[in-house]
Amino acid sequence: MQAGALSKALKRGAIWGFIVLELIFFSIAGEYLSLSGKAFMDFDNMLLLLKQSAPIGIIAMGMTIVMVNGNIDLSVGATFAIAAIILLDSMTWPVFAGLGDWVIPVAWLLALTAGAALGALNGFIVWKTGVDAFIVTLGSMLGFRGVVFMFNGENPTSHLNWTLVDFAEAQPLGLHTPTWFLLAATLAVWFLMARTVHGRNAYAIGDNREAAVNAGVRVGPHMMINFMIIGFLAALSAVVFYSESGSVNPNDGQLYELWVITAVVLGGTKITGGAGDVIGTFGGVIAIQLLRKGLGHIGADTSTVNLAIGLILIAVLILDRQLNVRGKEALKI
Amino acid sequence: MTDAKPVLELEDIVKTFPGVRALDGVSFSVMPGEVHALMGENGAGKSTLMKVLGGIHQPDGGAIRMGGEQVVMAGPLEAKARGVMFIHQELSLATELSVAENVYLGELPRKRFGRVDWATLRDRTDAILKKLRVSFDARTRVGDLSIANQQMVEIARALTVDAKAVIFDEPTASLTDAEKVVLFDVIADLKASGVGIIYISHRMEEIFRITDRITVLRDGQYQGTVATAEMTEESVTQMMIGRKLDLSRNVARHALGDVALAVRGLSCGALYRDVSFEVRRGEIVGFYGLVGAGRTEIAETLFGLRDPSAGQILLDGEAVRIRSPADAIARGISLVPEDRKGQGLVLGMNCRDNMTLPQVDDLTAGPFMAEGAEVAIFDQYRDRLDIRTPNWKQRVGNLSGGNQQKIVIGKWLSMHPSVLIVDEPTRGIDVGSKSEIHKLLRELAAQGYAVMVISSEMPEVLHVSDRIVAMYSGRVMRTFTAGEVTENSLIQAISGI
Repeated sequence: MQAGALSKALKRGAIWGFIVLELIFFSIAGEYLSLSGKAFMDFDNMLLLLKQSAPIGIIAMGMTIVMVNGNIDLSVGATFAIAAIILLDSMTWPVFAGLGDWVIPVAWLLALTAGAALGALNGFIVWKTGVDAFIVTLGSMLGFRGVVFMFNGENPTSHLNWTLVDFAEAQPLGLHTPTWFLLAATLAVWFLMARTVHGRNAYAIGDNREAAVNAGVRVGPHMMINFMIIGFLAALSAVVFYSESGSVNPNDGQLYELWVITAVVLGGTKITGGAGDVIGTFGGVIAIQLLRKGLGHIGADTSTVNLAIGLILIAVLILDRQLNVRGKEALKI
Repeated sequence: MTDAKPVLELEDIVKTFPGVRALDGVSFSVMPGEVHALMGENGAGKSTLMKVLGGIHQPDGGAIRMGGEQVVMAGPLEAKARGVMFIHQELSLATELSVAENVYLGELPRKRFGRVDWATLRDRTDAILKKLRVSFDARTRVGDLSIANQQMVEIARALTVDAKAVIFDEPTASLTDAEKVVLFDVIADLKASGVGIIYISHRMEEIFRITDRITVLRDGQYQGTVATAEMTEESVTQMMIGRKLDLSRNVARHALGDVALAVRGLSCGALYRDVSFEVRRGEIVGFYGLVGAGRTEIAETLFGLRDPSAGQILLDGEAVRIRSPADAIARGISLVPEDRKGQGLVLGMNCRDNMTLPQVDDLTAGPFMAEGAEVAIFDQYRDRLDIRTPNWKQRVGNLSGGNQQKIVIGKWLSMHPSVLIVDEPTRGIDVGSKSEIHKLLRELAAQGYAVMVISSEMPEVLHVSDRIVAMYSGRVMRTFTAGEVTENSLIQAISGI
């Protein structure tokens, strides 16, 4: 039991230790390598880092509950793009012409509803057909992306609403708007997972689906709700990001699913389900963003960043396995 | 035998884990052609000892000798190279591959360029299978075999090398009586060819039937080695648990209540046909039969996991259709499943969360869970069932089999069911906990629960049941009352005679 607690503490702390390591490394390396004169650990820079973490981070919260539940969702990047298009395009629809700035909440609502609906579609198929979520969402990833291209071909969809841009660029109480959304999503999903029956059942289903069924837990609805949550959060991520940028390319959001899964796995969620939490995921999101930003800071290009993150992901999983195996051996008496 | 050297000799083996002395001075030897039983309750150190022998753990002290010569088992491969073979309780087979590929897994015969030499592979495998007198051949896909036959594949693996010592770890856990006979024949053949055998089992009848000597462990301590012929079930049990155990037939019966569950002409495709029986409140009805007789499938139907193709289920006299486990639970039916770890428990969750899983929907305060109420329920059933765990935060996976089973039973009692179905109540549970579970089942019946017990162990069925439904190949052959049943008539009924 002692060894279990120790390995758990190590695992929990590992991502935060890694973040501290990154901060120290980039601060020191930045002194010698950075082209700009600014320090890496500059306060504004850190605030910006949180803001930039938001698009991936918000989706990662949804991915945490979906993966703890024993599923996965590969379609989040495409859902993100669809929601973005709906957000920007709907503001130009003639039906809403008389609304003035009241078109903003309407557009948000449309985009978020669309995200939840796409998630519901995924969840419904997984529930009713019993096909593995990996396959179902692989299909919907391609399908949703197809819809994005059907809408406007290769052309971007743009609409700038300055009220919206002002809102998105605001810094209430010092933090950027997207950061607030990230924190709110983290907190909401944390409550859901740690304090509600739905969360408890999600863990049980992910750990041992058969035992959960035998305990009378209705597995299908729980899975569907989780897919709706991640669809909603993918749309929320788009809403937050495109409120500011005002223009969406049909390729936007591609590979988001992989970044999100990387962050969730780095944060300690088991890919087979049953274990993980959003606090760890939050750490994973920050760690990845730090790495991207830090490597940029010392002058590395994007390809180097990808290589580094790939290596680190594998290294972390090896470490995690070592910790697990060691813990288990001590328990087997 | 006196002048022969032991094939395997353990002397004063010590193995410590942080905080625990798992093995403390264990010594015994296995002679050629001897079947040597290794007994002890769960947690007595049998598994650790076998891991030391198999090279998975290194002992902290003591010596292993083979044929008089001291050896160090550096790892599983070395153990195998020295002719020490293990047949594990849990099957580890690649079910999509053929029997031959499984038997020679890891050392498939090769031709040039690494190609598999299929002809040699099949010939060698068929030769081994012939020795085992099984009905399948080398080409059969393992997934298509029954569990018993899969066990035979495991045994075939052990025969691929020139085995000096073969260790059987609970080999009969999933075998029927007829299949056991075949296994015992195989063991007799091994014995005749001078192989030393270590036989680990909880089942007394087997121990007394096939073993020559018995070594008993308790809490990692060596309790002694005795000749089987000089022992009785009671004396062995006493050695294992250090106290006397009441194995007598339960005779104190009490008045029965109304019929809680009645089944009329129930069928489910080819799994079982035209099954009828009833269970009264306060009554334990045992279901006995061979593996595949349809008993578990009936339980699954009553629990809403299968739809019947014909027939009726009546609860308190009212015909019902049970759509899902949730539906069954709502109607007061509970199932303690056969595979505790796979179907009954969420091993990664703690004791409390496992126990309250079926009713957690109702234990809420606003949108949140009422964790205090959950702890109260856990405490209540921990005390009532004497579940031994330091606290509710303990992960269920860390408990012993007996305590795990009590968590599953407690989970259902806390739902106040009227019908309790228990499938293989004591599978993989040690002797001490076994009798506790039996006592508990009797108490539950006395409290007015209608209990169905499905078991493949005849002593268990005879011990706990008020009536016994004997099944053969999907049909009810006969229903016995506790007073009229004899072992012979029961065996005849389940063999279709």
